[in-house]
Amino acid sequence: MSLDTAPTPPQERKQRKLSEIEGVELEVVRASSNRLSLLALGGAAVLLVLLVVLGLNPALALVAAFVVYLGVVFVAYRNTAGPRVARDHVFRGLVGAAFVLAVVPLLSLLWTVVSQGGPTLVDPAFLNQTMNGVTGLQDQATQRDGAPLIGGAYHAVIGTLVITGIAALISVPIGVFTAIFLVEYQPKGRVSQVIRFLVDVMTGIPSIVAGLFAFALWAVLFGIGTKNGFAGAVALSVLMISTVVRNSEEMLRIVPNELREASLALGVPKWRTIAKVVLPTAASGLASGVTLAIARVIGETAPLLVAVGYARGLNVDPSQGPMNTLAVYAYYMFTKPLSPGFREPSLDRAWAAALMLVLIVVVLNLSARVIAKAFAPKTGR
Amino acid sequence: MSKRIDVKNLDIYYGAFHAVKNVSMTIEPRSVTAFIGPSGCGKSTVLRTLNRMHEVIPGAYTTGEVLMDDKNLYAKDTDPVDVRRQVGMVFQRPNPFPTMSIRENVLAGVTLNSKRLSKSAADELAEQSLRGANLWTEVKDRLDRPGSGLSGGQQQRLCIARAIAVQPEVILMDEPCSALDPISTLAIEDLINELKSDYTVVIVTHNMQQAARVSDRTGFFNLEATGMPGELVEMDDTQKIFSNPSKPATEDYISGRFG
Ligand SMILES: Nc1ncnc2c1ncn2[C@@H]1O[C@H](COP(=O)(O)OP(=O)(O)OP(=O)(O)O)[C@@H](O)[C@H]1O
Ligand SMILES: [Mg+2]
Repeated sequence: MSLDTAPTPPQERKQRKLSEIEGVELEVVRASSNRLSLLALGGAAVLLVLLVVLGLNPALALVAAFVVYLGVVFVAYRNTAGPRVARDHVFRGLVGAAFVLAVVPLLSLLWTVVSQGGPTLVDPAFLNQTMNGVTGLQDQATQRDGAPLIGGAYHAVIGTLVITGIAALISVPIGVFTAIFLVEYQPKGRVSQVIRFLVDVMTGIPSIVAGLFAFALWAVLFGIGTKNGFAGAVALSVLMISTVVRNSEEMLRIVPNELREASLALGVPKWRTIAKVVLPTAASGLASGVTLAIARVIGETAPLLVAVGYARGLNVDPSQGPMNTLAVYAYYMFTKPLSPGFREPSLDRAWAAALMLVLIVVVLNLSARVIAKAFAPKTGR
Repeated sequence: MSKRIDVKNLDIYYGAFHAVKNVSMTIEPRSVTAFIGPSGCGKSTVLRTLNRMHEVIPGAYTTGEVLMDDKNLYAKDTDPVDVRRQVGMVFQRPNPFPTMSIRENVLAGVTLNSKRLSKSAADELAEQSLRGANLWTEVKDRLDRPGSGLSGGQQQRLCIARAIAVQPEVILMDEPCSALDPISTLAIEDLINELKSDYTVVIVTHNMQQAARVSDRTGFFNLEATGMPGELVEMDDTQKIFSNPSKPATEDYISGRFG
């Protein structure tokens, strides 16, 4: 920084207006309304119907109508309002289409699961009974003679809750503490880089590998072929920890540094700052991160099949033998119906189990929102 | 309360970057000391070494001594947490804890350290600190509302209340008014004037009038060129600095004739 006090020389070139500078061309924008795009949309709809009536494949017709719509909108707006508005409308169309493309499969999936699984799910037998002692004969009676459904997924619901619960108990502390280490203690250290790399690798591990890992670990620890709920929980934890670490790291990172400094400057030790300022501030994000991680593993099939096995009856003791879980239950009902000749009741059970899984995930997500609300930093006057 | 601080041959680094070079100065108790100087010359950096907040930044370190009543804050057996309990800090941007109410914010320094605190003691401490920060009348009816719902100036005074609630010896303020309107600024300047009867106050400011209004002594920091370490050019009674500084650089800076 120089200290000379001479006035700075006047600017050599005087400031020119943007319009006077060559090579700058400003785009024209004229007022316009949405009416044209609505008209075009209507036209495209008519075209779609026409094409379908003419015998074109409906999907192709839809694409064709959409492209025509984009073209018409572009031309119409370029002539009335200028190219920028035209481009804006085209992109609105593209973004809207992407939205529809994303939502349609989701809604259709939900509808399929609800319509197929709903009737069986509300059947009292489904949530109150296990498959213990249920054979193809009962299914035959149900499908052929209209006898009430016998055999449900009570044991699978319990199994899912127990195993996922244990998996969460294992992975949430490990994951959150790892994230705390990464963000608060060693943001740039060697160790952190290695951990981050390993976590990234773990995120990509196929779930069956996690199952085989738990199976092999249990074989070493408790003897070959040992299958129980804890093995399943370990397999799920292997899948979950990396997600929990990643999500929590993100959430801790967005806690403003100023809050940490404010707390430290009050003479609060670091660990207490983390426990009482950083974690509460990040709590809502942490909660939703954890629920997402749970939601991701709750529907795992392959690792549980390998590590937990398949039980027909209720087993609430995760240290003792095979248990059942909803995803595995659905898998079995689809692939190995009790009575190959009378598949209906088994398929119904599978759909109901799938719906139950979806419901659990929805409930998890909703509760994450409630928790997040409860913890969220208070704002407003 | 309120202690004297002697800084001796302090060099401050951010990793390999030498940010401030060879600062020696004395900060008198029960007085207001202002740091002025151009942006980037290391005022905040020096301020943060006075309560060992500098070393919170990864890779940052210092050499030299900071003595508080002859006790070296950087001695091997000094705990930085202990230093920060004695030397409070108010930051440039108000930073109340978003998860806490106004009352909880004021008491944060005590409760976060999980000292036991009875309801009546908490009430007394909260009221006393808020009165000390000239905020009591404005918030006494909404102590349980979130602190982030206050205006910027009120939030800053809340942060001051939070800092004085732990009853430190020294209060450091880094541009406490830079985000505030003139009225809130005046409120805080008045407050600083009151605080100096109990505390040693050090304030960083870009506002020369403010330095002249509130401080008893002023230190002028400068740096020779970007990339070079900043240094303390001179430190003297505020009156002297603003009327008859001994270094030409100071004269240039305060009269606005500057690079
Ligand atoms: N966290 C950091 N890491 C590395 N360098 C830093 C860091 N903070 C500040 N510096 C550097 O240290 C020097 C002094 O910065 P400092 O913030 O103390 O300046 P200042 O005098 O407070 O400026 P201002 O008046 O703009 O607040 C600057 O060159 C700055 O780039
Ligand atoms: Mg600064």
